[in-house]
Amino acid sequence: MFSGFMVNTWIAATLVAVIAGVVGFFVVLRGAAFVAHAIPHGAFGGAAGAVLIGVNPLAGLGVFAVGGALGIGWLGRRGRHDVATALALVLMLGLGALFLSFSVEYAAAIYSLLFGEVLGVPSDELLPIAGLGVACIAALAVLYRPLMLTSIAPEVAEARGVRAQRIETGFLLVVALAATMTVPVVGVLLMFSLMIGPAATAGSLTRSPRNAIALSVLIALATVWLALAVSYLTNLPVGFFVGTLGAVWYGGARIWTARRRGRTASG
Amino acid sequence: MNVPVPDPSADDAILNVDGISVWLAGREVLHDVRFRIMPGEFTGLIGSNGAGKTTLFRVILGLQTSSTGSVLVGGRPLTHRNPIIGYVPQKVFFDPDMPLRARDVVGLGLDGHRLGIPLDWGRRRQAVDAMLDAVDARRFADARVGNLSGGEQQRVLIAHALISRPRLLLLDEPLANLDIGAEGEVVALLARIAREQRIAVFISAHDVNPLLPVMDRLVYVAAGKTASGTTAEVIRAEVLSALYGQHVDVLRVHGRILVVAGAEGPPGVTFEETDGVAAGPGVVSL
Ligand SMILES: Nc1ncnc2c1ncn2[C@@H]1O[C@H](COP(=O)(O)OP(=O)(O)OP(=O)(O)O)[C@@H](O)[C@H]1O
Ligand SMILES: [Mg+2]
Repeated sequence: MFSGFMVNTWIAATLVAVIAGVVGFFVVLRGAAFVAHAIPHGAFGGAAGAVLIGVNPLAGLGVFAVGGALGIGWLGRRGRHDVATALALVLMLGLGALFLSFSVEYAAAIYSLLFGEVLGVPSDELLPIAGLGVACIAALAVLYRPLMLTSIAPEVAEARGVRAQRIETGFLLVVALAATMTVPVVGVLLMFSLMIGPAATAGSLTRSPRNAIALSVLIALATVWLALAVSYLTNLPVGFFVGTLGAVWYGGARIWTARRRGRTASG
Repeated sequence: MNVPVPDPSADDAILNVDGISVWLAGREVLHDVRFRIMPGEFTGLIGSNGAGKTTLFRVILGLQTSSTGSVLVGGRPLTHRNPIIGYVPQKVFFDPDMPLRARDVVGLGLDGHRLGIPLDWGRRRQAVDAMLDAVDARRFADARVGNLSGGEQQRVLIAHALISRPRLLLLDEPLANLDIGAEGEVVALLARIAREQRIAVFISAHDVNPLLPVMDRLVYVAAGKTASGTTAEVIRAEVLSALYGQHVDVLRVHGRILVVAGAEGPPGVTFEETDGVAAGPGVVSL
């Protein structure tokens, strides 16, 4: 399970877990789970379009992810954020369906984007993923305080000179960036479950934001490592284990904190 | 208590609102509003629901443009970012699931508008602890802010607004949702801050009574117009009748003030019952 072929998989999964753990913290904090769902899923339509015109699917993913992020940011300024997100998602998915209908022969390659190719990551994809991870995390470090402030009290942030809309757009672009490079590896479905499960679990287990980010990364790592190992041994899909583990961590954390609270209240 | 203050001069005023009018959705929400606030003064902004209190605050903060008039803060025209104003908004919802402690909220008051990661952890922590002590919130410094009570959250928000050392503190209905005890504590805390640190406190409320013991001046807003001065100057039948555009009586009962309007009640004023004083039809407790 640590043979030459699998080593790339372990490295890629580790990188993706770190990115998802950090980005996921902010996604959960801002209540933006729907956006984190919409951007990678919609970007999938871009990959279909790229295959159709014969360019690298990654380019299509990137264009759609960034376009979706900017569209959600722009529409969200004028109306309800969730409606804007839903509109962007259905528009991108609709285009994806159209592109797919034209390109039957390549459909298999595109469908692999849904579930990723975690067991076949080529060496030359590792460096871009790592570079992207550093870029995402650096961007979030720069935006950290305004992101926190606009999440709790947007008017106060505005009154102190923070352009809340720009911070929001910057954040959406980070989610788009994270989706572009990680989706081909882990797939649309895994990316989403890795962003939400670990971060939500960490948030309910610890009170400090910094600890929550660290714990979110650790849980994401534990999730992908465990999922890879069990998938290798059982020959069942990695996606199944990543998704299930995410739900199990969160459910377990909730029960544990409720129990602990019950005990301190009675004792 | 309400010692008459000599007419403040424009030069020293921390806030000078001069004839502003605000139109929202084709309606004049505020009309020719003018008043001044001096450093260290405790001023109430009294008005019922929808009177325009939040709108006025948004103008002072530079978040809402006025169609006429001007606002000077610390003698300077409004800018988009005004570091000498601290602001506690009317509605802040803290999600109990958010991994955020009271001390994190206060820390964001210090530098939440800055990009990058703060490097001077030690100094920052000291400043936050000192601020939490000043508002008597050290006990719950490390509690999840979403799990705190309304009064506790209000203290945290006051600390958040004060830590950047503003000279003017705007608080939008900080007493709403507080019980009488917590109300008194928050008012006493704010009065102490105004006095000790010479911060002008400008606080909106729909009821004048909780502020009576500490208020230097008040700005009364009704039907888009305002009257300002000391309590004795403003809360008078003639002044309020002119403001509401109909006959209004002012009653003083057991140290509390009741404003009694005609049968149909003053426009835009809600009828309510406050502690022990039942407000009958046409009686508004202010
Ligand atoms: N963005 C807006 N567009 C149109 N009308 C608005 C807008 N914001 C406020 N208003 C109107 O302006 C008036 C004043 O609103 P404002 O929020 O300032 O009242 P308030 O005194 O703060 O009331 P409350 O005590 O309920 O908080 C209200 O009638 C409200 O409907
Ligand atoms: Mg208001």
